[in-house]
This record gives sequence, structure tokens and C-alpha cells, in this order.
Amino acid sequence: MITVTNLALLAFMAITAWAIARTLNLFVATMLAGIYSLLIATVFVLLDAVDVAFTEAAVGAGITTVLFLGALLLTDRHAKPHKHRFGTYGPMLLVVLLGAALVYTTLDPLMPHFGDAGAPAQGRLAPEFLADSVRQVGRDGPTATHIPNVVTTTLASYRGFDTLGEVVVIFTAGVGVLALLGGGAIGAGAGGRRRRSARKDGGTVSGRGSTTDGADA
Amino acid sequence: MWQTFLGLYNYWIVILLMMAGFYIVMSRHNLVKKLIGLNIFQSAVFLFYISVGKVRGGTAPIVEEGITSYSNPLPHVLILTAIVVGVATVSLGLALVVRLKEAYGTIEEDEINEMDAAG
Repeated sequence: MITVTNLALLAFMAITAWAIARTLNLFVATMLAGIYSLLIATVFVLLDAVDVAFTEAAVGAGITTVLFLGALLLTDRHAKPHKHRFGTYGPMLLVVLLGAALVYTTLDPLMPHFGDAGAPAQGRLAPEFLADSVRQVGRDGPTATHIPNVVTTTLASYRGFDTLGEVVVIFTAGVGVLALLGGGAIGAGAGGRRRRSARKDGGTVSGRGSTTDGADA
Repeated sequence: MWQTFLGLYNYWIVILLMMAGFYIVMSRHNLVKKLIGLNIFQSAVFLFYISVGKVRGGTAPIVEEGITSYSNPLPHVLILTAIVVGVATVSLGLALVVRLKEAYGTIEEDEINEMDAAG
């Protein structure tokens, strides 16, 4: 049953990705990307990664979609079709060749099959973490974690510095977004207002004139 | 034959999605579309990690009486971090796209290149 669901969901994901590649309507592409995220979240549940599925559904299907919708509101809703009719043949050829090479690699007899308990990835660290968590759950004392979820203990305790690094990355990205958009919404700051009035005076937005406006802000 | 297909099916779908994302990034001139392609590529990598961590007959790595086999929790931890970092990079990319729209009036890469070339 799980196998059939896995087969079907992954096939749906491939179809969604194809539809995203085809469409020129960016709103449609964003919605399809949200569907894609929900599909991959369901696959994560099937593959026992419940924490990852939860995060993907909240962050991938939720926040990312909202961010894309916000960006569409501030830019364009439609992509322009390719100017040269054969312009996409080069990338297609490259992608097909690279994909074929990767599929050829998976046919190696040493490649561990899906779900193989004896695969190299299953050795070393993971049994150590699992055994330690099982030991810690029922125990008392200052070092006992009492948390049955191994992903939580690993994330917050054994790999705590990694999570700290993640927070630093998010902070940096936040600072970067604020620096790029001039603090808050477009046109809310002093610079934004100046740009907007300059644009009104200049008439159209396109052309080199607006580029220099952006440069001094 | 069927066993090989089932054992490698996840990896093949990962390759397919990865190549689809790569193709969108390379062939589409629209910058928002490129970011969506980047997202697809990224999720393919996530799917690869989680597929590698799955153990047949295992269950979610939450300690419970009477259960002996769990899936590998380490890829889950890594991908949790990666998803959140991914949304941070996407938001930065979208902010750049909005700035480019402000400065050039378009989000098509070829038109921006033409404007730059025209001086």
C-alpha cells in the first residue's frame, strides 16, 4: 500500500514540475509550486520524516507561496515567451544528457536500494543517536532529555550549534531583504517616496532613467 | 526486475525533478520562474536525503515501547535545517527581483541584459 502511494505521489510531483516548466502565467506557477510542496510533504510522511513533512507544509507550501505572491504583486504576473524558437534546445540537451548519466550511475550494483537497512547511510552515527535517545527517555537526572522524538533531541542538543548557524543565516537574509527593499514596504521609506515621485515625473518606468534613480537610493 | 525498479524508483524521480528544476533555471528568462525552478531543484535534494534515510519496516524516529526499528533520524535533522535556510535564500532572491523591477522596469533577464549592453 505504501509502495503504491509512493509511486503515485512521486509521479504527481513529476507532472507538477512539468506543468510549472510549461506555464507562462506566474500566478499559476506559484500555485503549482504550492501543490508541489504539499505533495512532497505527504511523501515525507510516507518516508517516516514527520518533522520534515510538518516544516515543509508550513514553510514550503505556506510562507514560500506567500513570499512569491507578494513578489508577483510588486513585479509582473506573466512571463514573456522565449524570443528564439530554438533557444531552449541547448539546455534541454544538457539536462537530458546529465539526467541519463545520473540514472546510469544508479544502475551500479553497489547502489543501495530504497529502504535497505544495510545501506552505508544507516551505519555509524544514526544507531548511536537512536540508542542514546532510547536510553535517555526513561531516565532521571540532570543530563536526561526525556524527549522521545529523536529528531528534536538531535536538532536541539547534539547539533545545537548547527541550529545556531541556521538562525544566523535567517538573520542575515532578513537584514539583506531589509537593505534591498529599504526597510519595510516599497515606497514606505524616504528613499522609496523619492523614487516614486521621480517615476511619476518621468512618466514611464522602463528605460535607463529609472536605473539611475534606483542607484542613488 | 520489478524489485530493481521499486528499489531505484525514488532516485530516478529525484533525478527527474532535479533536471526539471535545472532546466527551468537555465532556459527561462523570467527571474521569478528561475527562483521556482531553484526551489524544485532544492526539494529534489531534500527528497533524495529523506529517501536514503528510509528503512523498510522502520517507523518514524520517535521512541516508543515495543518498537525496535526506526528510520534514520540524521537526514531528517539536516533537511529540517535546509528547508528553513532555503526559504531564507528564496526571500533574498525575491527581494533582489523586486529591486530589479524597480530599477529596470522588467524581470526578464534577456531584456535586462539588452538594457545593460545598450549602456
